[in-house]
Amino acid sequence: MNNFFFGIYPYIALSVLIFGSIARYERDPFTWKSSSSQLLRRRQLRLGSVLFHVGVLTIFFGHLFGLLTPLWIIDALGISHSAKQVLAMAVGGIAGVMALVGGGILFHRRWTDPRIRKTSSVADIGILGLLLAQLVLGVSTIFASAQHLDGHEMVKFMHWAQGILTFRSGAAAQIADVSLIFKLHIVLGLTIFLLFPFTRLVHMLSVPLRYFWRPGYQVVRSRRSAPLPAHSDAEIKQARVAAAKSRQRPQPAE
Amino acid sequence: MRVRAQIGMVLNLDKCIGCHTCSVTCKNVWTSRDGVEYAWFNNVETKPGTGYPTDWENQKRWNGGWTRSRSGKLVPRQGSKWRIVANIFANPDLPEIDDYYEPFDFDYDHLKSAPEMKAFPTARPRSKITGERIEKIEKGPNWEEILGGEFSKRSQDYNFEGVQKEIYGEYENTFMMYLPRLCEHCLNPACAASCPSGAIYKREEDGIVLIDQEKCRGWRMCVSGCPYKKVYYNWSTGKSEKCTLCYPRIESGNPTVCSETCVGRIRYLGVMLYDADKIETAANVPSEKQLYDAQLDVFLDPNDPVVIETARADGVPEDWIKAAQESPIWKMAMEWKVAFPLHPEYRTLPMVWYIPPLSPIQNAAEAGAIGMDGAMPDVKSLRIPLRYLANMLTAGDEAPIAAALERMLAMRAYMRAKTVDGVKDEGIATRVGLSGRVIEDMYKIMALADYEDRFVIPTTHREQVEDAYDLRVGEGFTDCNGCSTGISKGSLFGGQKRPLKMPQEVK
Repeated sequence: MNNFFFGIYPYIALSVLIFGSIARYERDPFTWKSSSSQLLRRRQLRLGSVLFHVGVLTIFFGHLFGLLTPLWIIDALGISHSAKQVLAMAVGGIAGVMALVGGGILFHRRWTDPRIRKTSSVADIGILGLLLAQLVLGVSTIFASAQHLDGHEMVKFMHWAQGILTFRSGAAAQIADVSLIFKLHIVLGLTIFLLFPFTRLVHMLSVPLRYFWRPGYQVVRSRRSAPLPAHSDAEIKQARVAAAKSRQRPQPAE
Repeated sequence: MRVRAQIGMVLNLDKCIGCHTCSVTCKNVWTSRDGVEYAWFNNVETKPGTGYPTDWENQKRWNGGWTRSRSGKLVPRQGSKWRIVANIFANPDLPEIDDYYEPFDFDYDHLKSAPEMKAFPTARPRSKITGERIEKIEKGPNWEEILGGEFSKRSQDYNFEGVQKEIYGEYENTFMMYLPRLCEHCLNPACAASCPSGAIYKREEDGIVLIDQEKCRGWRMCVSGCPYKKVYYNWSTGKSEKCTLCYPRIESGNPTVCSETCVGRIRYLGVMLYDADKIETAANVPSEKQLYDAQLDVFLDPNDPVVIETARADGVPEDWIKAAQESPIWKMAMEWKVAFPLHPEYRTLPMVWYIPPLSPIQNAAEAGAIGMDGAMPDVKSLRIPLRYLANMLTAGDEAPIAAALERMLAMRAYMRAKTVDGVKDEGIATRVGLSGRVIEDMYKIMALADYEDRFVIPTTHREQVEDAYDLRVGEGFTDCNGCSTGISKGSLFGGQKRPLKMPQEVK
């Protein structure tokens, strides 16, 4: 059981996440979108959406950094395991509450506002509900970790996550004895990974970073393979002189 | 210099009768679908009024278009790239659907299915979003039709800037005009600039601005970026949509649907050659009043041999150069200077231009009080204040508008003298800086407005960019993903694909 949820299920979830997203991007790019409902109702969105997104992004990068940084780097930096755990609890706690409040506002808006409710798909409401449940679980793990502040438990999760990503056998055994709330949090997290390509969550893969690199503001689509060089002022001047001359030249008599 | 061609449009407001045929035919072709019921790629507003969406012209409120920063840089008014991306979670400048109107339909079926009752059955409205009953419709696509509503509301019109507007609320002084609006297909489009995904692009060959529906991610920055509010967010598909200038028709040399069906024959389509290298400086001139002249300076004379040579070198096809030489847009905008861009102060260099309307003489009732300038009435005594038109078309500069109106009055006086009195009065023409021959040409194009004179549209040269042989069996009767065969299978990815709705026969 433990081996299935923490040894096999992660690979199923990640595979579906990766191949499902590629397939959707390739096969159905029209459905790839953020599905914003701001047009239909501005009320509650600004506060809810900003709190939710900022919180969730902080948590996401926190997990990425906390779980996937190899232990020797942490040790080399001289960060003690217990300090790291306290940092994770503090930052994660604040961001978690932010996301929870924001998500709660968004869920309330989606559930009670007839315009949003009627135009939501099952997946829209479902995934928001799952994310909220995951946030509740995540925030409540703080109480579990407060029982042991030595950072020992956290190292187990790092071993597990890094073991999974480096295809090491026995990764699941690393976290066999952690408290149930952590296990639920992980399983639900993996389930969200699994559902990712089938929901609006895919929009997070479209963070418009290329916008910053795009030269200038405008996009002009040319059917030519290479853009034409500009004609310099000198060139145009020359052409004007030539044109004026050819006009002055007497026409040969017929 | 880099020569490009653009299909431009001119609307002769002097002849618009406000029949909405353009809006309705456009709607039937493009936006009679779920999610865009509220969207009108073409709409006709009665002015003065706040328009659709409400108060769209007021960029202090919506932050559309461009602004010149203190350091002299041209940036979107809603913010530079960083600001735009920072607002991606919730766009503070996005209108709500109620700023347009909540789309509705009526319970028509109730009229025939109602049981016998004392009161006559009525068809009550329902929301097209929620399907729920709307007790009172607060707004519609053309809420201020023919000066509907009280003056205090309509006078919020942004174009009253600098006008003593109180007197125009009085019945004796009231005035109105129609303003048909569509996407301006700007030379410096703010929507494309605000799109973080890069899904909006301007086509090099004809200047049409389009949204790639597969690249659009629904960040909705274009909706707020466009100062004309002509990009619409489809709440059903989650993508933005806009006027396409009916590009499939333009490509085959046909006018857009709105132009083709225009009852008043007010619409003109033609090619303009422009210098792509001048766009940025033109959009960034320091004073707003200079913008109109700056845009004129971007256009290139299609009869100048150097321009022709450069255009050829830049790959503008021969028939496009010829079309540019015969372009009604060039004549009205550049030669006669009777057409003007809509709100040049937004710095987008719009390409749908307007001929300002003439209006009745203000004080005609007061005999002898009419300001006459020789044989023609003084344009300052026209009912629509010059300043109002100038605020709309030249960023407040009255002189070009007055000159245009004088030329239009001169055209009437000259043709009246010619046809009624049988006199060719060159004096009228010279007073407005034209010749009798030019006025007769104006008359032919602006007043008679034959089909061939209104629409000078060269076809697109697909053969130059793609090998037709490679295109064989590319599209057709397949049920492949993304093909427009009308077959919409359920999708694994939850993109609510609705089956194509076909009108059903009444049983």
